[in-house]
This record gives sequence, structure tokens and C-alpha cells, in this order.
Amino acid sequence: MHDRLTLAGEFRRMLPEECVIYREEELIPYECDGLSAYRKVPLIVLLPYTAEQVEEILRFCQQRQIPVVPRGSGTGLSGGALPHEQGVLLSLARLNQILEIDSENMQARVQPGVRNLAVSEAAKPHGLYYAPDPSSQIACSIGGNVAENAGGVHCLKYGLTLHNVLQLTLITIDGERLTLGSGSLDAPGLDLLTLITGSEGMLGIVVEVLVKLLPIPQRQQVVLAAFDDIESAGNAVAEIIAKGILPAGLEMMDNLSIRASEDFVHAGYPTEAAAILLCEVDGVDEEVSEEISRVREILQQSGATEVRAARDEQERARFWAGRKNAFPAVGRISPDYYCMDGTIPRHQLGRVLKMIGEMSKRYGLRCANVFHAGDGNLHPLILYDANNPGELEQAEAFGGEILELCVAVGGTITGEHGVGMEKINQMCAQFRDEELETFHGVKRVFDPLTLLNPGKAIPTLNRCAEFGAMHVHAGKLRFPELERF
Amino acid sequence: MAGDRDCSESLRTAVLDAAGESRPLQLLGHGSKAFYGRESVGDPLSLAEHSGIISYEPTELVITARGGTPLKEIEDALREKGQMLPFEPPQFDGKGTIGGAIASGLSGPRRPWGGAPRDLLLGMKLLDGRGQILRFGGQVMKNVAGYDLSRLMAGAMGTLGVLLEVSIKVLPKPPQEHTLMLSAGDCSVTWPLLHKMLIEGIPVTASYSQGEQHKLRVACSPQRVKQIVQRYAVEAVDDQDAFWRALRDQQLDYFKQKDPLWRLSIPPAANIDDEEQMLCEWSGGLRWLFSQRPGSEIRTLVEKVGGHAILFRNGDRSGEIFHPLHPRLADLQIGLKQVFDPEGIFNPGRHYPDY
Repeated sequence: MHDRLTLAGEFRRMLPEECVIYREEELIPYECDGLSAYRKVPLIVLLPYTAEQVEEILRFCQQRQIPVVPRGSGTGLSGGALPHEQGVLLSLARLNQILEIDSENMQARVQPGVRNLAVSEAAKPHGLYYAPDPSSQIACSIGGNVAENAGGVHCLKYGLTLHNVLQLTLITIDGERLTLGSGSLDAPGLDLLTLITGSEGMLGIVVEVLVKLLPIPQRQQVVLAAFDDIESAGNAVAEIIAKGILPAGLEMMDNLSIRASEDFVHAGYPTEAAAILLCEVDGVDEEVSEEISRVREILQQSGATEVRAARDEQERARFWAGRKNAFPAVGRISPDYYCMDGTIPRHQLGRVLKMIGEMSKRYGLRCANVFHAGDGNLHPLILYDANNPGELEQAEAFGGEILELCVAVGGTITGEHGVGMEKINQMCAQFRDEELETFHGVKRVFDPLTLLNPGKAIPTLNRCAEFGAMHVHAGKLRFPELERF
Repeated sequence: MAGDRDCSESLRTAVLDAAGESRPLQLLGHGSKAFYGRESVGDPLSLAEHSGIISYEPTELVITARGGTPLKEIEDALREKGQMLPFEPPQFDGKGTIGGAIASGLSGPRRPWGGAPRDLLLGMKLLDGRGQILRFGGQVMKNVAGYDLSRLMAGAMGTLGVLLEVSIKVLPKPPQEHTLMLSAGDCSVTWPLLHKMLIEGIPVTASYSQGEQHKLRVACSPQRVKQIVQRYAVEAVDDQDAFWRALRDQQLDYFKQKDPLWRLSIPPAANIDDEEQMLCEWSGGLRWLFSQRPGSEIRTLVEKVGGHAILFRNGDRSGEIFHPLHPRLADLQIGLKQVFDPEGIFNPGRHYPDY
């Protein structure tokens, strides 16, 4: 057990006074990240200004065996930045400088606390932008994006964070600073850059990021299509891709999320539709026109009841605002909601949505679905009221069942939000013991004392044994009718 | 058509036997990249028979194949559906397997715009040094469950395990690609023009510069090509598919020299010496140089601009081939090797001397 006041005194000798937060009432704002159902008060919060201070903090924590939980903007949805009651919450929010925009090489060097959108804003005068655009991009930080390998609505064409990061500066738990990747297109040795990206702060602390910038497309155009049934919308997606079109964004929303968004931001969505598709095409002027007309044709042939192209930039922004605000919109129609993040092979969409519908009836909880249709990433939003005793537990059980279904149809329990604390049990459904052991082996290479974000992302084999005992009823797995992948 | 055979069990037995005796193995596909990397020791373990496409669903943009599947077989299957492997893997001597393409991490001319093997790799089934068959990643585009260990295998030169199955993202093949010739001058003269074209959204998919010859491949309609020709004062040339293939597979005359061949990976806008002798790809990010100069000199040259150098062909294959690592990175690498291959049986020394 570490004593809060004693430790605070030690950290205050190391760091400026305002960098050490230890009074109970000041710690409360840090007790959760974007997954507010999970809360813990950290022992101490540290807000360093420099990478040198991060090195010193880590060396000290390693020496004293104090757990360290890194945090960016705290917008994460899986409890990855849930504090440790006996540990330091290390906020990177003050490392927030854009160090360089190199328009010649089309790169930007930024600190981890820089907001995602701020990179594109700074690059705009050079005709460039940073492609990954998670819905939380006005608030979420680049460091957090790297930790979660964040996606967004444009990653079908432009890739995930992984595909847009060239180099990371990482500080190991013993305070050593390493450079992974390079300013060129590859780097010598094993590709540790890919290993660190998406590792949820379990392997080291990222203090600098070199990202790739892309030319701002001359024109972006979005088409909205309405469908009477979700299956046709799913088929339209497959048809667009089969015809060789790679849209910049391809999103689907079901009726409940359409209505919630329309009430909230008045995007102009058809509220009677069972599903809408948003398909965005970008590039040079004439090619966009040509592609849009092909997309319109495919959508109509696939049974769309209505197809509308945004007439101007304002309408385009409105169409997207509806989608990007779908989560808070659903938040307005329910006291609480629980956001899931499974990915499935796209052709399984109809079947998965039907089964989610059945689960929704069984649990007595409504569920709205938004879907990164282009890349198969499904976000079911389970609506519940935490004030009704037992309803959170029901929502969690419902969510767990959805994720296990995603695995059973050949998908994954998390596409872009990370495992964090939230999905740690479902990791047992996705991976076998020897795979989990390999993950633990990798963790030990970087962090032998397991001080970085302990207990997150990778479950212990014991935990899985207990979870398995709970879930295999009478020797039967869930979804026995499905072929296992 | 190559065979469709699952040899997982016999390969597993071979690995278990070797691990039991701490006996090294050299993993071998078609041997088309045998010249690449450091000299290794051990009994050859042939992976070419473990071959065949397991699933390919064009509308999902994913293909899953056994490691020994010939690249040609995969490319034929994709072409039939108007798709392609976006990293345009080299096929030296017209050969190569998908497992070898991933393990070597090498990409062709499309790399800066289409991605590298590590970018396209979605998941895999790996046979590790304990004889365990492990699955990492999957067949879906987005997957952040657990550490991304499948991508770690791209470019690992087979030192961490046998790639039994790989799932790879594929993309629609551009319906048309055209080639443009740029006016004379060396890399540094053409770079500003190329940069301007990139910023202005010209859909470049390959670049080549050697001596005074400069070519670009663009994916667009013939009408658009006409506009580009006018706007940038370049010239369109026909029938260049064979040229780009020869560049990819290093069949151009330039590559027939006998000196040690260096592969320099640098930031595209960087200026370095000896440019007139180099062949440049990737809009300047990849440069080839035949040179007798000591490796240390060449490595210093690229380090100054933030790049790295590989002794790609010829020269002393028992020496330093890949760029030396920071000691701590080398330690991490050895640590990871021990996780996957505790007995050190897979391709010992092929990547770095100490693992």
C-alpha cells in the first residue's frame, strides 16, 4: 500500500506543484473515462509538461513498483484509462504541442496530447489533412488514438491510425526513450510500431508521434440512400464494393438511430426508413461526379426507396453531423446507453442484426445500431436506465452476448474502441489459452513487473477459467447453431 | 494451378522435432528471395506444399490463403474479380509465395499509395517455436482485440514462426493505369513537380527515376491523362505494364550490375549524395544504389536524413545486412524472439546476427 500524501510529497519534489493532483475532490474528475459506468479514484494524478518528466515519473514508479495508468483526453469507450486505486494516473494532456508541419514530406510531428482535429486544422494552410477521424475527433487526443488504433468514418479508404502513423517516441517503464518507425516508409528490425499501436498503454508511454498527412481532396460528395429493410441496405454495400468503387466513407444507421439523430441535429434524414446509407466519394471534380452517378445507380438497383446527393457543403456537413452525433443523440432518448464495438464479416450483417433484435426482446432493452458498413464495424447502442436496479447488469450481459456473437460469425469483439476493462471477459471467447499466454509473454518483454495499465486488455488465464465456467451451460457453448471460425 | 493441400500437421511435427533437439530450421517457400537477408543455418523446411486459397470473398475485400500459395495463383484469382494485392509484391525470377512476401515485408512500386504487407495483413494462423498453432487478428478490417501480433510477422524474415495462413486486405484494381514521362533532370529536379502533382491530387500509383529518365504511373481515365499532360507539361507513353513489372521484379538492366546493391529507405524529400547513380522509386522514398563503398559510409549517409539502409543483394551475406538497431531495441527484439521461438530454431541469424 502506498500512502497518498507521502507519495504526493515525493512527486512534488520531482515536478512543478500544479502537476501533482492528490486532494480527493480534485481526483474525482479523473475517476472514469468515456465509459462512465466504471469508476475508481486514482491514488494520484500526474500532469507532466515534458517527456523528460515522463521519464522521471516512470523510473520512479518502476523503482517503487507503483502501477501507472496512462490517459489522453479521457474519451475512450472501453475503460482503458480507468484508474488504479493504488496507482498513478498519468495524464498526457499537457504534452499538447504541434511541433512541426513538414509539407514537403507531408508529415506532422505532434505531442500525444494534441487533439485529433487540431492536426488537420494546422495542416489545412498547406492543403493537407490527417485522415483518421474518430467521431470524438474534436476532443480525443493523438496519443489516445495511437493507444487504441482508432478508426473513424473514413478508414475504409484511408486506413486506421496504424496506417497513418510513421514514427513513435516511446518511453519504457524503466524510463528509456526509444524511437520506433521512421520518417521514411519503413524501419529496420521487427515492426514494433505496429505492436505499440493499439496496445492500450500496456507496453510503454508514447510522448511524440509523427503522422502522415494527405492532400485535401478537391471535392467530397455524399449520397444518402433510404431502405425499407436492413438486408437490402447491406446488399447495396456489397454491390458498391463489387463494382470496384472504394468510397471514402460508407455508413449505415438503423431506424432507432435515424430517429434519435434527426430529433437531435435535424440532419434531414428520412425518419420512416428502416435503414439509411451514407456513401461518400472524394477526389477530383469530374471523377467524383462520375462515381456519384454510378453509386446512385447501384443504390437504386439495390432497392433504395430514396437516393439524395448533398447539394452543397452545408448539406454534406449536416448529413455527417447526424451520423457523428448518433451516440449523444441516442443519449437523449435514454437515461443511459451502452456502446458496443464488434466487427463482423459484412455478409453476416443481416443475420447478426436479426439476432440482436431477438436478444433485445429477450432482455427487454432497446438497441440502436450504427454501422461502419464499409469495414464491418458494428456499434450497437444498448439503451438502459442505471437507476433501475439490475438494468446495467442486464445491459452488460446483452452486450457481452452481442460480442460473443460477433466472434462466432468470424468477427472480433472490438473494432476500434479497445478491450480496456470492459471487454476483458470477452477476450476469453476470442482467444485460447496459448494465445493469451503469448500476449502475456509480449507484455513481460516490455514491462516485466506489469506496472503499465495492469489488469487491462489481456485477461489472466484464471479469469478466463472462471468466465468460462459461468458461460458454458451444461457443456454447451453459446450459439451452437453457428459454425465456429 | 498449384496444389490445394493442408500440411499444418506435418509442419507442426517437424517443428516439434526440431524444437526438441534445438535443431535450427531454414524456412523455405519458392526460394525466390534466398539472396535476401543474412546467411542462415539449419535444415531446410519446405513450406511450398502447404498451399491453396482458403477463402476469397471479393465484396469483403479479403483473401485468406495458406503460406505456400504462389503469388501468381493469388493474383490470378484477384484479377478475375477486378481486384489486386495493393502492395504489389515483387516476384523475383517470376516466383514467390504469399508467406514469403509477408515474411520479407517487401513491396513493389505501389507501396506509398497502396500500403506495405504490414498494412494489408489482417490476421494469421502462426505455427510458433513450441509447435503451437496460434491465431492472431482475423478476416475483418478493424480489429483491436489483443496486441497486433500478426503484423509483427511482416518483415520478421520468418524468425518468429511459420505463417500457416494469412488474411490480406485486397482492393479494386484501377480500371486503367497510364504512364507519363517527365522532362530530364535528376531526382532533385523532378521532386518539386512530383510533389506538386501529389498535393494537387493526381492519382499517382508508382514513380521511377534513373539518370535522366523519369516515369510516373497514374490511375485515371484517358481524358484526365490529357489534362495532366497539358497542365504539367509531361508526355504520355503507352504499353508500360511490362516496364513496371520489370521494375517490381528487378529485371531492368540497371539491376544487372554485380556490385553490392543497397536499398535506401529515406524521407521522400531528403537530399543525399550520389543521386545520379541511384534508381529512385516511391516518389523518392526508396532508392537503389550499386556501390563498393563500405557499408558504414552508406549507413551514415542515410542516417543523417533519418533513413536506413539494407545490403539487398551481393556483398558479404554473413556481415551486417539490415541496419543496426539501438541496443535497447535489439534487446526487445531478442525478448520477443524468446516468446515465439524459445529454442531459437527459426531462421537463426537471417535477420540479425544475435537472434
